[in-house]
Amino acid sequence: MTAVTSTSASTPIAANRATRGPGWIRRAIAQLFVGLILVLLVLAVIYPLLWMVFSSFKNNSELFANPWSLPGELRWGNFERAWNAGVVRFFVNSTLVTAASIVTTTLISAWAAYGLVRVNVPFSGPITGLLLGGLMVAPTVALIPLFGLLQRLHVYDSLWALLILYTAFRIPFTTFLIRAYLIDMPREMDEAAYVDGATRTQIFWRLVLPVCRPILVSAALLQALFAWNEFAFALVFISNTENKTLPVGLMDMQSRLLTEWPVQFAGLTMAALPMIILFLIGQRQFLRGLTEGMGK
Amino acid sequence: MASTTTRLRGLVWVVPALALLGIFVYYPIVENIRLSFYSWNAFSPNPVFVGLQNYTDAAADPIFWRSLRNNIAYAVVSLICQVGFSLCLAAVLEEFVHQKLRGVLRVIYFIPAVISITVSGILFSFIYNPQFGLLNRLLGAMGLERFQHAWLGEQKTAIWSIIGMSQWQSIGYTAVLFVVAIQRIPRELYEAAKVDGAGAVRSFFSVTIPMVREMTTLLIILTVSGAFLVFNEVMVMTAGGPSDSSQVLGTWLYRNAFLADNMGYASAIATVIFVLTFAFAILQILVSRRRRVEI
Repeated sequence: MTAVTSTSASTPIAANRATRGPGWIRRAIAQLFVGLILVLLVLAVIYPLLWMVFSSFKNNSELFANPWSLPGELRWGNFERAWNAGVVRFFVNSTLVTAASIVTTTLISAWAAYGLVRVNVPFSGPITGLLLGGLMVAPTVALIPLFGLLQRLHVYDSLWALLILYTAFRIPFTTFLIRAYLIDMPREMDEAAYVDGATRTQIFWRLVLPVCRPILVSAALLQALFAWNEFAFALVFISNTENKTLPVGLMDMQSRLLTEWPVQFAGLTMAALPMIILFLIGQRQFLRGLTEGMGK
Repeated sequence: MASTTTRLRGLVWVVPALALLGIFVYYPIVENIRLSFYSWNAFSPNPVFVGLQNYTDAAADPIFWRSLRNNIAYAVVSLICQVGFSLCLAAVLEEFVHQKLRGVLRVIYFIPAVISITVSGILFSFIYNPQFGLLNRLLGAMGLERFQHAWLGEQKTAIWSIIGMSQWQSIGYTAVLFVVAIQRIPRELYEAAKVDGAGAVRSFFSVTIPMVREMTTLLIILTVSGAFLVFNEVMVMTAGGPSDSSQVLGTWLYRNAFLADNMGYASAIATVIFVLTFAFAILQILVSRRRRVEI
C-alpha cells in the first residue's frame, strides 16, 4: 500500500520533467527576456544622470535642437558660471554642516550607546526606549514649534540651527546602529581594562571608539548622506541666501538663472557628484549601515 | 553596592543625547499638538483657544482631502514599485545574473538613492519639460505624440509625474535591501525545491517570498509611512501646483504655516501626519517584536 502511494506521488514529477524536454530553449528565452529588462533598467537609471552631465556642457540652442546628443564641445564655462552664481557658497555651507554634524552625531550617539550597553546607567530601560523612540518622529511634524523655538534660541537663519537639528534628529538612528554593534562585542575586552584601573571615560576614548571603527564609518557615511541632502529644515529655518545649503540653494538658483538651463545642469552635476563618489568608494560601509539599521 | 550618587553619575552618558532629543524632537511634537487647538499666527502674541475648530476646518477643506488622496496615491504606487517590483528585481538579480555582474548592477541601481531629492527633482522637472525634456521627445520619437503633456504644468499629470520620479529614485534602494534578505535564505531550501522539480518561478513563490516576509513587512510599513511624509519632491517640482492639484499633507502644512500664516490650522495638519505615521511606527514595532518571539 505504502509502496503504491509513493510511486504514484513521484509520477507527476517525472511527467513534469518529461514535458520539459526542450527546457534549455525555455531557459534561454527567459534569460534573454530578463537580460533585456535589466539592461533597460540600467539605461533608465543611468541615462537621466548622463543627460544631466552632457547637458551641463551644452548651450541653450544645442539643448533645444538635440537634447539626446553629446555636447558639441566641453563648455567648462557653465560650471564656472554656476559656481560663481552661488554654488560655491552652498557647497561650503553644506560641507560645514555635514562635517560638523558627523562629528557631533556619532560622538554623542556612541557615548550614549556605550553608556547604555556597558555602564550601569539608572533607568536604562526607559531611557533606551526614549532614545530609540525618536525614530518614530517625523521632522515635518516638528517644523512649526521648532520655528519659534529656534528664534527664541537666536539660532534661526544660521548654520547652527541645521547643525543642532541634524544632530538631534539623527541621534536615535545612530545610537541604535552603534548599540547593536556594541551588544555583539565580547564584554571581557573592556572589563579587563576596567579591572586594570582605567576609568570608563578612558575606556571609551581609547578602546571602544577604535574597536567600533567599522560601524562608526557606516554611521558617518549615512549621516553624510542625510545632512548633504536634507531639505525641509534647510528650507524653513534658513532665509538668508548666504546661509543656504546645496539642496535649497539649488532651488534658489533655479529661480535666479531662469532660462540658463545648461548652467543649472552644471549646478546639479556639482551637487550630485560628491555623494555619488562617496557611495562608490564606501559602498560596503553604506550597505552595512543600512542593513544593520533595518534590524538584523 | 554602588551608592546613589555613583549610580546617578552614570546618567552623564545619556544626558547629551536625551537633552537634544527632549528639546528638539519631543518638546516640538507635544507643543505642536497643543498649538493645534489654538488659532494663532506668527504676529499674534496671544493665541486664542478654539478647541477642535482647526480639525473641523480640515474636515471641511477640499484641499486637505485632495492632499490626503495624493498621499494615498503615492503610497499605492510606491508599494507596487518599491515593494512588488523591487522584490522581483532582487530575485532576478540573485537567480539569473552572474555573480560579478550582479555587484555592478546592484551599485548602478542604487545610485539614484544617494542623490539629493532636490537634484533629482530639478533634473526630472527638466526631463518633463515640454520644450527640451526627454520624455516628450521620447514619446514623439515613438509616434505617441498624443500622450505628450506639459507634465508638471497640468493638473491631471502633475502628481503622477512627481510620483514617477520618486520611484526612479527609490526602486534600487529597496531592491538592494531585498537582495540582502534573499542572501540570508539558506541555500538548501532552493536545492530542495529544485529536487522537487520546482523551476525558478515556482521557487520564487514557494521559497523566496515566504522567506523574505519580514523584510517585506518592514518595507511595506516604511514605504507607506514614507508616502505620508512626502514633502521635498513636491516642494521642488511643483510646490503643490498647478492650482493645488499636487498638494500633499506636508506641502499643504508648509503653505498654511509659512506662506499663509495660518499657524493653528497648519499645526492641526501636522498632528494628523503625526498620528498617521506614529500608527505605522507602532505597527512596525509590533511586527519586529513578534519576529523576535518567533525566533
